Formats: sequence, structure tokens, C-alpha cells
Amino acid sequence: MSTPLVEVRDVNFAYDSRPILKGINMSFPKGKLIAIMGLSGCGKTTLLRHIGGVLKPTGGYVKVDGQVIHELDREGLYALRRKMGMLFQFGALFTDMTVFDNVAFQMREHTDLPEEIIRDLVMMKLHAVGLYGTQDLMPGELSGGMARRVALARTIALDPMLIMYDEPFAGLDPISLTVVGELIRKLNDALGATSIVVTHDVQESLKIVDYVYFVANGAIIAEGTADDIRASGEAFVKQFVHGEMDGPIPFHYPGNDFNTDLGVHA
Amino acid sequence: MAIVRSLRGIGNRVVNAVWRTGYGARFFLMTLFYSGMSFRRFRLTVREMFFSGVMSLIIILVAGMFVGMVLGLQGYETLKRYGSESALGSLVALSLVRELGPVLAALLFASRAGSAMTAEIGLMKATEQIDAMELMAVNPIARVVAPRFWAGVISMPLLAALFSAMGVFGGYVVGVVLIGVDEGSFWSQMQSAVDFQHDVLNGVIKSFVFGVAVTVIALFEGYDAPPTAEGVSGATTRTVVQSSLVILMLDFILTAFMFRGD
Amino acid sequence: MERTTLDLWVGAFVVAGIAALVVLALKVGNLSTYNVSDTYQLQAHFTNVGGLKPTASIRSAGVLVGRVTSIVLDTDRYEAKVTMSIDKRYQFPKDTFANILTSGLLGEQYIGLIPGGDDKMLQNGDEFKKTQSAVVLEDLIGKFLYNSADSKK
Repeated sequence: MSTPLVEVRDVNFAYDSRPILKGINMSFPKGKLIAIMGLSGCGKTTLLRHIGGVLKPTGGYVKVDGQVIHELDREGLYALRRKMGMLFQFGALFTDMTVFDNVAFQMREHTDLPEEIIRDLVMMKLHAVGLYGTQDLMPGELSGGMARRVALARTIALDPMLIMYDEPFAGLDPISLTVVGELIRKLNDALGATSIVVTHDVQESLKIVDYVYFVANGAIIAEGTADDIRASGEAFVKQFVHGEMDGPIPFHYPGNDFNTDLGVHA
Repeated sequence: MAIVRSLRGIGNRVVNAVWRTGYGARFFLMTLFYSGMSFRRFRLTVREMFFSGVMSLIIILVAGMFVGMVLGLQGYETLKRYGSESALGSLVALSLVRELGPVLAALLFASRAGSAMTAEIGLMKATEQIDAMELMAVNPIARVVAPRFWAGVISMPLLAALFSAMGVFGGYVVGVVLIGVDEGSFWSQMQSAVDFQHDVLNGVIKSFVFGVAVTVIALFEGYDAPPTAEGVSGATTRTVVQSSLVILMLDFILTAFMFRGD
Repeated sequence: MERTTLDLWVGAFVVAGIAALVVLALKVGNLSTYNVSDTYQLQAHFTNVGGLKPTASIRSAGVLVGRVTSIVLDTDRYEAKVTMSIDKRYQFPKDTFANILTSGLLGEQYIGLIPGGDDKMLQNGDEFKKTQSAVVLEDLIGKFLYNSADSKK
């Protein structure tokens, strides 16, 4: 196997003194679609932000395309980011621009392409996500699923080599969810890109991904192909995949003893 | 115990305020440093001038008119006692050009355009638009903050001038048209009292300084707002309160420098 | 597209703002009476300028003819040296009087020029030979008291 496009080595990270990531090791080979799964607040999004260079690890390093992210200067980081795309949780479309201007945003910022070519490119991208014809709408006029697809079109505007998805399925109805899932797979293969999907939607993502990392409390607890995960014997993974109420993850927040609070003495 | 706790609270607030001041200063310098795009692609700035300048026009013009009319009425009542109604023009014009124009226009600008800027940037941050831009290798300070800053700085003196001109007109309407002060002495007294450099230019300088202060506060509060609904609404309130106080404080300092002695 | 109307509005706003500044400068302020290019400089020494200030007006027969540009203390003579710029359209004889006067009882001080009968006119850089200083209220009152004390004897 060739060197992976993204390499995460022994990454530690803490907010103030609260550890979020504890010695994460991952590698993302070229052309693959890989999911990072885990509960909300387990550090998945934080990890994505390290790959995008928004946050600096307190230990270890993240390498993208052979370069250590946190050692790059602003110029180098921006040059690298042009080859990355990121889809934010709720799309993060620019609400003061039309759909067209949203998709055209990076082309206008980073290239000197003439307006006619930008127009054609935008239409192609919109067509790819099945939203040709929405170009004059404002983001506020779109449904959640459409907004997510427009954001997807914007993410792939400059044909990035690495696409990151932060909870692409959050808050979508089942139909939009399948559509977005299929799109992620199709775009990954069509662009020859590498994709990282951060999600807690197990069923949808297991259908499309090549490999899965399971994260809990800032550490990897399981990894493998979709089938490995489905068949996993790990108690936490089982609870997560099948959505069971009882398991290693307690239903109750770890607080004081409820009975003591009520003044009930056994 | 309570004393210790409240002392600690005060200390925390002071440290926090100093911290934010430093962060704000760095934010201001970054905005200046990354201002190139605002002028290379002046369209971006023009667009923001529409939202901060043009959209503030109505309130500025109406407020200026009424302030001038009140000045005309009050000034006339006061001057009448000393038999110097003819000085009404210079009273109206001097108060407007030196003080009321720049200060009131800036206060209105802070509550009309400043709060909108804070809310917009705060919401852009809360909905991750700022992060998205950063990850698209587009510097949000250069692309979002700096054009708004320059739009505000350019708009503010123009708005203040419009306010003053409208106010003089309002004073004229009340003083000359309604009350019947002699039109000739109204204008000639005004012209001999108002010096272009000393009064008009200093007024422009004041409004320019206010423009810088208001937009920096508004943009910083938006940029620094916690990405929640309460965070953004709190930041909007702080923008109006802080910029109002800063305008009045700066006004005192500038006035002391400009009109001292001579 | 929407952008052109936006540009139009911003353009109108800028034009209106600049027009307001011009109105403030010309109609409200005194820029129209400056005539920057068409002036010449004259000087005068006064033993006391009283409350005279730079930009104070210079009038002859009540007509504004120029402005005071600077007031400094001439340490050779320990007198105030006043430089003024006078409108080129107005020429004054060599023996013109320059007096510091007050408009009204407590109004602003200005310089009044009373032309003499000389054939030669003052040129750029020349000096008024005959001047009269400002009337200082304290001196006036002092003199009055002194006189009345005298007359009682």
C-alpha cells in the first residue's frame, strides 16, 4: 500500500486541562471512504479540525500529503487547504449569497477564471448533486437536505483531493439521508478523492464506507471494515451499532446518588 | 467569605477586560494588515457600504432634521432674552458641525449599523460560516471583516456631514421660515462664526475617529461572540453600550485637543 | 442584476455625503471667503493684541478683506507681530491705519483698516506703520478710576 494521504500519529489534545484526544493513531489511504464514529462529544469533530489545521495538537502530529500540518506557516496551510474540502454539520452555507455564489465562492476567491467558465463549472457541480435549477435561490429557501447538497457542491467546487464531512447526516429525513450517503460515495469515486466522514449515524454510514474507526472518550476502541464492525464483539460497539439502551454507556449522567438527593435512605 | 468571593469576581472581570482589550487590539491590527483585498476588490466594500451607509440614511436624515429644528427652537428662546436672535444661525451650525453632527450620527450609526454588523458576524460564526471560509483557505478577516470595517469608516463622515447639513436646514426652517429670524443675518452670522478648518474639518476628523471605533467594536464583538443565541444577543447589546460610551469619551478627548485655548 | 442597483444606491449615498460636506464648507462655513490663491501678505506690530486670534477677520469700512494668519511675539521689540493675508482685489495706501477693534461690546476682536491718503500702495510683505492696539478693559477701568481720583483733589 502506498503512503496514506492523511496520517494521524499519537495525537493528543486538551482544552485547558481537559483531555479531548488521547494518543490517536489513524491512517487514511488515498481513494478510500473512511468513517470516524463515536458518541457526540467524543472528539470526532476535534480530530477533523486537527486535519484541517484549525487546532494544533498538544502532542503528536497530523500529516496531510506528506506535510506536518501544525508546522506549516499560514501560506503553506492555505495552499494545502485549497486541496481540501470540508462539509460542515449544517452546511454552513453563506446566508447572504445565492446558491450560485456559494458554489462559485472558492472559484472566485482562488482562481482567475472568467465568469462564463465559472458559470459552467457551478452548473456542473449543482448538476452533480442533483440541484441544477436552484442557483438563484437563497440558502434560507432550501430544505435541510437540499442545503446539505448545495454545501456538498460547494465543498467539491475545486475538486479537492481530501473531503471531510462533519456529521453529514445530522437532522436529515430518511430519504435525504440516503441521497446524501449515496452522493458521498459517488463523489468520492468520481473525483478519486479521499473522504473522511465523521458521524454517529451507524446504519447509513456502514452502507457506504470502506473502513471505520470507533472513538470513545478520546481514544480508538475499535476499527475495521463495515462487516468487522457489524460483527464486533466489543460491548460498546455492539451497544452503539444496535442502539441498545443498556451497555457500557450508562443512561444516567454520573451525578450524586439520586436516592440520597431525594432524602430516601435505604 | 462573601467579600473574598466578590473581590475574586471583580478581579476576574478586570483580568478578563484587559484580556479582551488586548485581543481586540490584535484584531484591529489584523484587520488593518489584511485590508488589501477591501481595496483591490472594492466591490466587496461597496456592498457593505450599502448595508451600513445607505441603510442608515433614513434615520440619519430624519434625526438630523429634528435635532436641527429643536436647536432652532431652543436657541431662539434663549437668544431672544439677550436680544441676539440673529446669532441663531451660528449657534445652530456650530453645535451641529462641532458636536451634535459627529456624535449623534455616530450613536445612531452604532445602534443601526453597528448592532447589525455584530449580529451578522456573530451568526456567521455560530453557523460555522467563518470556519468554513477559513477551511476554504479564505481569510475571514480579509474577506468578511475588513470590507465592513472600511465601509463603516468611509460611511461615517459622510453620514455625519449629511446629519449636520440636514440639521442646519432644520434650524433654518424653524428659525427663518417659521419664527421669522432675518434670513440674511442667519446665514452671514453662521458663515462668520463657522471656520472651515477649525470647525468643519475637525468635525470630519471626529466622525472618522468615531467610525473607526464603532466598526472595530461592532466587528470585534461579533467575531468574539460565543456561538449561541444568547452569545450573539449579548454581543449585540455590548456593541451598542460600548460604542456609545467610547464615542462620548473619545468626543471629550478630541474636543479637548481640538478646541483647547486659541 | 441586483448589483447595479446596489452600486447606484451607494454612489448616490457618496455623492450626497460629499455634497453635504461641500454645503457645510461653503454655505455654513467660511471657505468661500478664503480665496486661497488670490491673497498677499501684510504685517503689523501691536503693543497689545488683546484677544485677537488667528483667522480673525480683517475689515475695512465693515467689509471683510482678509484674515489674520499668525500672531507671534517679536522679541526684538517685545511687541506682537501679526501677519495677515489680504484679498488681492483690495489695495491699501502706505499710510493706512490698522486698529484692533471689537465687534459689539463683548464680541470677537478683528482688525479694522482705515485707509490714508498716500499715493503708494502697500505691497506683499510690507508693514503697516500706524497701528492702534486693542483696548484692554482693565486698563480702561484703571484709567477711569485714576482720573476720577485725580479730579476729586
